[in-house]
Amino acid sequence: MRDLLASLDGLRERLREIPQADERRLQELKTEILGRKAGVLTDILKALPGLAPEARKAAGGAANALKREFETAIDARERELAHAARRIPGVDLTMPGRPQWRGGLHLVTQVVDEICEIFRELGFTRVVGPEAETERYNFFALNFPRDHPALDAQDSFYLGDDVLLRTHTSPVQIRTLETYRPPVRVVIPGQVYRRDPFDPSHSPVFEQLEGLAVDEGLSFVDFKATLSAFARKFFSADTQVRFRPSFFPFTEPSAEMDVQCQICMGSGCPTCKQTGWMEILGSGMVHPAVLENCGVDSERYTGFAWGMGPHRIAMSRHGIPDIRLFFESDVRFLEQFAGLVR
Amino acid sequence: MIVSRRWLEALLGCALDARETAERLTMQCAAVDAVLPLHQELDGVLVARVLEVRPHPNADRLSLCLVDAGGAEGPIEVVCGAPNVQAGKTYPYAPVGAVLPGGLKLERKKIRGVVSNGMLCSARELGLGLDHEGILELDTTAAPGARFLDAVPVADHQFVLDVNANRPDLLCHKGVARELAAALGAAVKLPAIPGGNPAVVPSFRPVAAAQGVVDGVEVRLEDPEGAPRYMIAVIRGMTVGKSPAWLASRLTAVGQRPINNVVDATNYILHELNQPLHAFDLARLRGPAVVVRRARPMERVVTLDGVERTMTPDMTAICDAERPTIVAGVMGSAESEVSEATTDLVLECAYFQPTRIRRTRRALELSSDSSYRFERGIDLLGMPDALRRAIELIVAVAGGAVREPPLDLWPQPEQPRTVFLRPERVAHLLGVSVARGEIERLLSSVGFVVAPKDERLAVQVPGWRPDVTREVDLIEEVARLRGYDTFPDEWRPFRPSAVPDAPVEHLLARIREQLARAGFYEARTIPLGPADGPESVEVLNPLSAEERYLRTRLLPGLVRRVEHNWSNRNRDVRLFEVGTVFRRGKGQGAMGTGAPEEQVSLAGVLTGARRPPHWTEAAKVPDMDIWDLKQHFELAVGLACQGAAMQVAADGVGWEAVGAGGEIVGRASALESDAPVWAAPLFGFEVRVGLGAPALQQYRPLPATPPVERDVALVLPAGVTAAAVSERFRRAAGPLLERLEVFDEYRGDNIPAGTRSVAWHCSFRDPARTLEQAEVDRLVAAALRVLEDELDVRRRES
Ligand SMILES: [Zn+2]
Repeated sequence: MRDLLASLDGLRERLREIPQADERRLQELKTEILGRKAGVLTDILKALPGLAPEARKAAGGAANALKREFETAIDARERELAHAARRIPGVDLTMPGRPQWRGGLHLVTQVVDEICEIFRELGFTRVVGPEAETERYNFFALNFPRDHPALDAQDSFYLGDDVLLRTHTSPVQIRTLETYRPPVRVVIPGQVYRRDPFDPSHSPVFEQLEGLAVDEGLSFVDFKATLSAFARKFFSADTQVRFRPSFFPFTEPSAEMDVQCQICMGSGCPTCKQTGWMEILGSGMVHPAVLENCGVDSERYTGFAWGMGPHRIAMSRHGIPDIRLFFESDVRFLEQFAGLVR
Repeated sequence: MIVSRRWLEALLGCALDARETAERLTMQCAAVDAVLPLHQELDGVLVARVLEVRPHPNADRLSLCLVDAGGAEGPIEVVCGAPNVQAGKTYPYAPVGAVLPGGLKLERKKIRGVVSNGMLCSARELGLGLDHEGILELDTTAAPGARFLDAVPVADHQFVLDVNANRPDLLCHKGVARELAAALGAAVKLPAIPGGNPAVVPSFRPVAAAQGVVDGVEVRLEDPEGAPRYMIAVIRGMTVGKSPAWLASRLTAVGQRPINNVVDATNYILHELNQPLHAFDLARLRGPAVVVRRARPMERVVTLDGVERTMTPDMTAICDAERPTIVAGVMGSAESEVSEATTDLVLECAYFQPTRIRRTRRALELSSDSSYRFERGIDLLGMPDALRRAIELIVAVAGGAVREPPLDLWPQPEQPRTVFLRPERVAHLLGVSVARGEIERLLSSVGFVVAPKDERLAVQVPGWRPDVTREVDLIEEVARLRGYDTFPDEWRPFRPSAVPDAPVEHLLARIREQLARAGFYEARTIPLGPADGPESVEVLNPLSAEERYLRTRLLPGLVRRVEHNWSNRNRDVRLFEVGTVFRRGKGQGAMGTGAPEEQVSLAGVLTGARRPPHWTEAAKVPDMDIWDLKQHFELAVGLACQGAAMQVAADGVGWEAVGAGGEIVGRASALESDAPVWAAPLFGFEVRVGLGAPALQQYRPLPATPPVERDVALVLPAGVTAAAVSERFRRAAGPLLERLEVFDEYRGDNIPAGTRSVAWHCSFRDPARTLEQAEVDRLVAAALRVLEDELDVRRRES
C-alpha cells in the first residue's frame, strides 16, 4: 500500500514532461502511462480491486485523480500542438488579405442622416416635399412681400410664370402645416436651387435641411433649448453656442446660431474670420403671418423654425475646400468618406 | 456697410473699444464681419519741429533741416526735398527704423553726400491722402517727440457691418450710435459742425401740396406715388472747392474719396443720418424748374458715369422744365452736376418709394449708395432735420446763403405709426416674464415712444424703423435689446410630433444602404443638363445652354460622372444615385399648369474589374459584364419596385422591369460613352422608385427531411431560352421540385450544330417524408418528356 502511494507520487513527477513533449513523445507518454494494455497508471488501477477495502479507498481516490490530471495535461498539449501545426512554414502573413469592392453613402447623405437622427431623439419626424413649387409656397405663404429682392427672377430658376425650382425647403413647412394640426415637429431635408454659377463655395443646387416645431406654448426658450441641444450632440458636448439677431421674412424674432469654430475652438483663425465662431443656421420663432397663411391660429399656437446647409456643414467639419467636389463624383473623393457608413 | 469708430465716438461723446463694440453690435443688431484698424501702421511716426532750414551743399532742390524730434540726443539733421518746409513749423517725422505704409523701412543713409536721419513725410507717404506736393504741415500743440497718432486724430477702426434688410436705420452712424447708446446708457447727440451756424437755415414746415416755388425755382411733384415727400432748398452764392480736413477725413474713414465740399457735405449727411441728398447746379436748370414725374417711354439721360440710360414710365425722373436730369433716387446726370463753376445750388431731399427704386435699379442695372438706402426705406419723418443739417454744413464749408425757406411738399402727410403690445404676450412668446417697466425701458432706449393704453402698451414707432408693424416686431425688439443670451436654453415638456415620417425616406435609406453594400458609391449629380428626352422640362432662365433642362433620367448624368472619372484615370467605377427626375406635367398636378411631374428614380453605372485583384490569383480579374449588370439590376428592382417582373428587353438589348400594370419601370443595358481605350465596358440601369409596401416575411418551417439532387444537361435548339425550359420543367416536375438552377452552358463539338447544352441542378424535397430515388427519377423523366414535346429539348448524350 505504501509502495503504491509512493509510485503514484513518482508518476506525478512525470506530469512535468508533458508540456515540453513533441507530438511523438506525447504519444509515447500517453501509451506508457495511460495505455489500455500496459499503461503504468492503468496497471495500478487494475490492481486496486485486490487491495483491502481501506487501502482501496485511499489509493483509488489518488490514482483516479492522477489519471484525470494526466488526461487534462495531455489533452491541453495535444490542442497546443494541433494549433501550432496550422502554422504554414514559409508563408508571409503580412501579405494583403483578399479584398472586396467597397461602396458608400455620399457624405452629404451621411450628414443629413446624422442631423435627422439627432432631431429624431428630440421628437422630430422626417418629411419631404416637391422640388418644383409655386411662388405661393416658395415665397408668399412664407410672408415674403411681393417686392422682396429674393423674388428677383435672376436669383431663381423659373419653369413657368408661377412655377420655380424651390429656393429653400421652407415650402414644405407650409405643406406640413396645411396638412397636419399641431403638435408639429418635423425636419425637412431636400435639394434646393439658386441661380448661382458654380464656384468653390457656390452651386446652383445644394442640400438644405429645415426644421419646424409648432404647438401651444412653444417659446424662445424651447427654441434655444432644441437648437443648443442639437449643436452639442452634433459637434461636442462642451461646444459653445450663441444666438444673435438676424432677419428672415418667415421668422420673428429671427436669430442666427453660431457655434464655436471647430478649427480653432474659439481662439480665432482665418476660417472663422478671427471671430472664433461659425455660422451654422438661420432660425427664429415662426412669424404669426406664416401660421395665419396656413390657417393656424397664431394666438393659440407658436413655434420655431430653422434652416441649415449640410454641404456647408460638411465642408467646415471635414475641411473640404470646394463644393464642386461633392458633385464631381470622383470615386477617390467618395471613397474617402465611405468609411463613415454606419 | 462701413462705420468709423471715431465717428461713432463723436456722436456718443465717449470712447469706444473696437473689439467690445464689434461684439456688442453683433449680438444686438448687426453682425460685424470685420474690424479694420486704420493708420495703426503710423505707430512709429513722431511729431517733429524744424528748427532751421539750410540749403543742401550738393543739391539745389534739397534742403538740410535741423529737426527737434524730442530725442535726448538733441536736434538731428534730416535731408528734405519738399519746397514747403519752413523753420518753426511741425511735421510728421519718420525716424530711422520706422516702417511707412507700403512697407518702406527707413534707414540712415547718405543723400547726395549728407547723412539724413529719417524723413519728414508728406500726406501720401503716410497713406493719408494723395497730396504729394509737400510735407504735411501739422496744426498741433503737441510737443516734438509726441506720437503722431496721439497728436493727430487719424487712428481709427472701420467696422464692416452686415446690416439685415429690415434695418435701414443701421445704414448710418447715427443709427448705429443709437444702438450703442441703448447698451451703454449714453445719449446720441449730433456733433457741432465746425464753423457751422444752425441759424442760417430759415424755418420751414411741410405743405400738403404738390407744387410750390422756392427762391425763383418752380417745383412740381407730379408723381407723389413715386416720391411721397419731396423737399427742395436753394443755396446761392457759394464756392465749390476742397473740403476742410475734418470733413475729408470723416469720409476717408468710411472708405469714401473726398471730391469737393458740396458733394462731400451730401455724402457726410448720407453716412451720418442715412438721408441721400442730391445737389445740382441751378444755372444749368432750365426753367428754372424741378419737375418730379414718371419718365416717358424711351426717355434718355446720360448718368454721372457717362452712360446713356433709357428710362421707362415705371421709373421716376427728376426733370427741369425740358428734360430729365436725374434718375430719381439712383443717379444724377453729368450735365446737371455741381462743378467748380457752380455758385447757386438746388438741394434735393426726397423720400422715394422703395419698390420703385428697386425696380429702377434692377432695370438699369445701376446702383448707388442712394438707391441702396431708398430701396430699404429711409426715415420719412426725419427728413427736415436732415435737410437743415445739410444746409448748415454746406454753408459752413462752401459759403453762400439760403434766402427763402426750403419747400417741403408732402401731399399726404403721415402720422407716426402706433403698434400695440400686450406685456403678457412678451412672456408667452419669449418664455420668460419680462417686467412691464423693463419692456418700456428697452423700447424707449432705441427711440420708441411708449405709453400705457388699457392693459396694453401703445408704442409709437419712430420714422427710421419701417420694419416695425406688428406686435411681434416689438417682441423681437425686447428680445434682442435684452439680449438673446439672457434667455435660458432649458428643456421644457413638449408633445411628440403628430406628423408621420415620410415613407419614401425610409425606402430611400434602405435602397442607399443596400447599393452601398453591393459596392457602389453614392453620387449626387446636378439635375440640370442638356435635354435627355422629349418630355424634358425646360428652365426659362438657365445659367447656360448646357444646363437648360431638368433631367428626366439619372443615367445620362451618371455616365458623365463616369467619363469624369475616366479623365482622372479611375478605371473601376461603380456609382449609384437616387434622386428626383422631372417630366413635363399634364397640367392636372397639384400646382396647375407649368408644374412638372416629379418622380424618384434609382440608377447605377458599373465598369471595371469585377473585384479587386489579389496576389493569390495569377490571372487578371475579369471585367464586369452583362451578368454583373443583371445581378445589380435585379437587386435594384427588388429594392425600388416591389413586385415588378424582369424580362428581356423588346429590342433584345438588356432587360426591362415591368410593373403590375404592364408599364416599363426600369431598364438595364450596356451604355454608349466617350470611353478611353483602356476603359472596361460600361453598363447601367435605372428604375423608378415606387412605394409598394413590402410583404411581411412569414416563417417557413425548416425542412427536416433530406433533399434528393439531380444534375440534368439538356440540348436546347436555337431560339429556345433557359427561362422557357425552366418554366416547363417546374410545371412538369410539380411542387416537390425545390430548386432548379443553371450551372453550366456549353457550345461546340459533340452536340448538333446550332444547339447549345445547358446544365441544370435540381433539388427535390418533400418536407413530410424522405423521397425515394425512383420517385425523383420519375419526376425528372416526366419533365423531360414535356420539354421534348413542347420545345424539342432533349437530354444531352454523354
Ligand atoms: Zn476659427
